[in-house]
Amino acid sequence: MTFAIDGWFAIDHDGVRLLGTRCADCGTVCFPPRHGLCPDPRCGGTELREVRLPGRGRVWSYTNACYPPPAPYVAAEPYEPVTLAAVELDEAGIVVLGQVTGLTVAELEVGMELELTSGPLADGPHVWMWRRAS
Amino acid sequence: MSVVVLGTGMHPWGKWGRPFVEYGVAAARAALSDAGVAWTDVDFLVGADTIRNGYPGFVAGATYAQALGWSGARIASCYAACASGAQAVDIARTRILAGLCEVALVVGADSTPKGFFTPVGGDRPDDPDWLRFRLLGATNPAYFGLYARRRMAVHGSTPADFAAVKVKNARAGSLNPMARYRRPVTADEVLASPMVADPLRLMDICATSDGGAAVVLASEEYARRRGTTPLVRLAAVATVTPSFPSTVLELPNFATDSWAAAPPPERPFRAAIAHAAYEEAGVGPEDVSLAEVYDLSTALELDWMEDASLCPPGEADKLLRGGETAIGGRVPVNPSGGLASFGEAVPAQAIAQLCELTTQLRDRAGPRQVLRPRVGLAVNQGLFGHGSALIATL
Repeated sequence: MTFAIDGWFAIDHDGVRLLGTRCADCGTVCFPPRHGLCPDPRCGGTELREVRLPGRGRVWSYTNACYPPPAPYVAAEPYEPVTLAAVELDEAGIVVLGQVTGLTVAELEVGMELELTSGPLADGPHVWMWRRAS
Repeated sequence: MSVVVLGTGMHPWGKWGRPFVEYGVAAARAALSDAGVAWTDVDFLVGADTIRNGYPGFVAGATYAQALGWSGARIASCYAACASGAQAVDIARTRILAGLCEVALVVGADSTPKGFFTPVGGDRPDDPDWLRFRLLGATNPAYFGLYARRRMAVHGSTPADFAAVKVKNARAGSLNPMARYRRPVTADEVLASPMVADPLRLMDICATSDGGAAVVLASEEYARRRGTTPLVRLAAVATVTPSFPSTVLELPNFATDSWAAAPPPERPFRAAIAHAAYEEAGVGPEDVSLAEVYDLSTALELDWMEDASLCPPGEADKLLRGGETAIGGRVPVNPSGGLASFGEAVPAQAIAQLCELTTQLRDRAGPRQVLRPRVGLAVNQGLFGHGSALIATL
């Protein structure tokens, strides 16, 4: 399986998890993983360690792309609207955007619980995706 | 000491398919003529850049200076996405405030391709603007759709409320000869237009346009020597960035900052932009006579009204429905017709907002004139955390 981007998510024994970083000084997490300085300007920490972020969360908002997005996105043919959800991860205080698999906008609601999975883009490589929580 | 808007000029917005320089030069000449200033008397020219038009777009200051005829004026060029115009205005006014020049010309113009804005070409996996398209297919309207759906869930707004914004702005735009779309529309038309990014339909989302806008700024002393009346003062330009942790998902990001370890700031980004402008101008939201807000979508106009404290959170729909934000209402919002009637011409739009504030404050807006305005607010935001708010006062 090829990932569409390296180092942003992993597939473990306990499922798909986003990879972020955690500041060793203040504990602030971020996604995508960050290098260099802690994003909190009051902290100044420089040691950002890779961390697996919670794999579940609640929908902050959602939408879809009724028309095929332009390049560099590779749209499937025939095109089916891509569903997107911004999900607030449990306990991490962070909202992460991703495609949604298996749910249309008609089936989503703000506050609904979703979990992470992965799935292929139309040209093959995998990305993280949200699905209905089991 | 203050900075005065001496003249404004625009090239009509549209999809003309001509080089951006033409629009910029037309707007610049109109602004110079309005100000009664010869190009050769301008000390300083600032060009707001356009990244879609090759190298001349990246060095817009020099491009316009050459097109107007080399005069030896000092120049600057700047890019800050949709906030480029505000930054260009800020660069000019600070040079005037510093006493380094007396009269400056600020120009922004763009030519846009058909369809969605796309990232700059090439394989650029370290650029979030490229990656959001590659990995997610997340276009600009996708983010607008997220904000709109969030507003529906939190404040109970409906697609009919969003359509009412378009109806109001289309009516105002029909009165503006510079607008691209000049036909009034009905709510039924909006609600029957194709869905683009649920819950937003085609007529909820602003188009991408060709257009140009320019202003001539001068020191108050210069304006007084020339007997300019009324004096429209540029009372604030706020180009602030977000404060950590920024808790609203912003274009082109994949995620917010985390607020688990550090508490969110007192004001989220959009509210902080307007607040900084109020503080700088020494006025409050209750003083605002009209506002030009950044209606990338109909729903965002409602968000911006609340972020600019024109009403408490969740009450923008009520103001809209009561006609308070229409021309003739208590606080007209987007009396120019807004992006709904203009579409985006990125480097020009913040300058165009200032053109509208100035035109209104000079009582020259004709059929879309707001009643006896004193204070005009323009708020706007550029990709990657560029705040843009201007306040003009009489």
